[in-house]
Amino acid sequence: MTNRKSKKILLNLLLILIAVVTLAPFLWMISASFMHDGHASTYPPSFLPDKFTLTQYTKLFTKLDIATNIVNSFILSISVTGISLFLNSMAAYAFTKFRFKGKEKLFTILLSSMIIPSQVTMLPLFLMLKEMGVINTYFAIIIPGLANIFGIFLIRQYAQAIPDSLFEAAKIDGASDFQIYSKIFLPIIKPILVTLALFTFMGTWNDFLWPLITLTDQSMYTLPVAMSNMMSEHSKDPELMMAGSVLTILPIIIVFLIMQKQYIKGLMMGSVKE
Amino acid sequence: MAAVEVKNISKIYDGNTKVVDNVNFEIKDKEFVVLVGPSGCGKSTTLRMIAGLEEITEGEIYIAGELINNIAPSKRDIAMVFQNYALYPHMTVFENMAFGLKIKKTSKADIIERVHEAANILEIEQLLNRKPKALSGGQKQRVALGRAIVRKPKVFLFDEPLSNLDAKLRGQMRIEISKLHKKLGVTMIYVTHDQTEAMTMGDKIVVMKDGVVQQIDEPIKLYKNPKNKFVAGFIGSPTMNFFTGKLNVENNGFRFTCANNEFTIFIPNNRAETVNINNTDSLTIGVRPEDIIINSSDSASIKANVDLIETLGSESLYHLNIAGQKFIVKSTVHLDKNITNDVKVSFNSKNIHLFINESAI
Repeated sequence: MTNRKSKKILLNLLLILIAVVTLAPFLWMISASFMHDGHASTYPPSFLPDKFTLTQYTKLFTKLDIATNIVNSFILSISVTGISLFLNSMAAYAFTKFRFKGKEKLFTILLSSMIIPSQVTMLPLFLMLKEMGVINTYFAIIIPGLANIFGIFLIRQYAQAIPDSLFEAAKIDGASDFQIYSKIFLPIIKPILVTLALFTFMGTWNDFLWPLITLTDQSMYTLPVAMSNMMSEHSKDPELMMAGSVLTILPIIIVFLIMQKQYIKGLMMGSVKE
Repeated sequence: MAAVEVKNISKIYDGNTKVVDNVNFEIKDKEFVVLVGPSGCGKSTTLRMIAGLEEITEGEIYIAGELINNIAPSKRDIAMVFQNYALYPHMTVFENMAFGLKIKKTSKADIIERVHEAANILEIEQLLNRKPKALSGGQKQRVALGRAIVRKPKVFLFDEPLSNLDAKLRGQMRIEISKLHKKLGVTMIYVTHDQTEAMTMGDKIVVMKDGVVQQIDEPIKLYKNPKNKFVAGFIGSPTMNFFTGKLNVENNGFRFTCANNEFTIFIPNNRAETVNINNTDSLTIGVRPEDIIINSSDSASIKANVDLIETLGSESLYHLNIAGQKFIVKSTVHLDKNITNDVKVSFNSKNIHLFINESAI
């Protein structure tokens, strides 16, 4: 019994240690963002600010105009998430509930495109968007993110568990295909939509390489691109960098906390008998 | 008037798999017709063709005299109750029942009135604000019925609606649906694989096998005069006993000799008179379990071994065999369950069914 107890204590200590190691950089990032210039790089390093200040945040908004980058990131992340959810769910609806020739083959072809690394498609995609004249506009980010096979696949897998009779009942009730999609299909797949929304929002918000390639004007920069720019210009201001980092991850944390319950429901779907 | 006429309909999948083969039947207005048969016999596909959920490969279907082959399911004036209830999980019972009316843009007051009216009939008014996950199987099925009722359709279609319920609830719901039929006075088409449901509920039964209609008749006629061996075996519980053998002419009748020559049964002339004596090779006789008398004192009685006795309360089922030829007897006579001795049985020869090449004679 004592042996079992001590094992439990050891395990908990180990878990606490891992949690501290994981959380420490994040906590220090938040702490450093409230420090005065130069305080973060003192030796020995201090974990807490000697005097709490919002100077770094003020600097970000006044001198560096980070508000524009935040707005850019929000516009792009919300647009890509919203539009791609709509299009992915429509495609998944068709792939799940419509009967048409070559359905499975077409889906396999689309699915196989997942094995192509995104870096390989960057150059041809850039050239296509250049032809379209949308480089250095929001469309350069939105258009490639309109639909993706991962999203379609995720929704389709979830939707396959919905019995056909639900849609047939709606059909007999007089609902059109779009009404079945909007009034029956979408509400039922809500948990997986939330999961996908979180993936897409985080993916677009954190995306660095593609916005760096396609957005040339500084006023169009998203937060990660602006942060990278800041790194080269203000490498000696770690407190400022940390304040920028806090602003970058804050929306993600807020979105996750809001959607957490539905997100876990989506991930757990099918794993346990309800 | 909502008579349904199914004319020569067939359903062929992928150009060569025929699951419904030239099916014909007529359903009168306000009639309760049951399509019954084993799994894969095409009964559900036939119903789905009537509903418009499956395309009709060949043939025509008329509802109230109107050809409906190319009419959308919602315009056919039908309502369907599914095996798995098919309730919209994100909507309350009220919203589930009102969905079809909302789509039709029925006025709010009318929707409320009709939903409450149906809920009242089915005694589910207290459930109107609940979501389907908070309902029991029986309650879900009532809601599914309610959703059908509010639409006031010409024809109700039921696709094995009681299969997911336990035996007791199934019995209750069977009565409820029959009562509902009387109350609403509408045409109902009911698909089931359960012959008890078919026998107890239907005004008329359509028995199907391998996509082909075997017989259409009233329940009792189907039971007493099955057209072929399949119908005879499918209708009735426990199933009819079959014995193969030969028939020979005797004074005032025929004598059936079982294939293993272990026993014979005399069939009087009035029953066997239609038999063509030239076709008597490889003949099958069918005897219902209740037409075999156990512990018979008849001089022609035969000895049988007891395999098992199932006591059902009012009656018992005897699983017997004569030289390996197994059969079941249903009797109100109760013998000791642990009996090891042989029992004597005799056959009620008046009710013996004769079959040659699967068809009744």
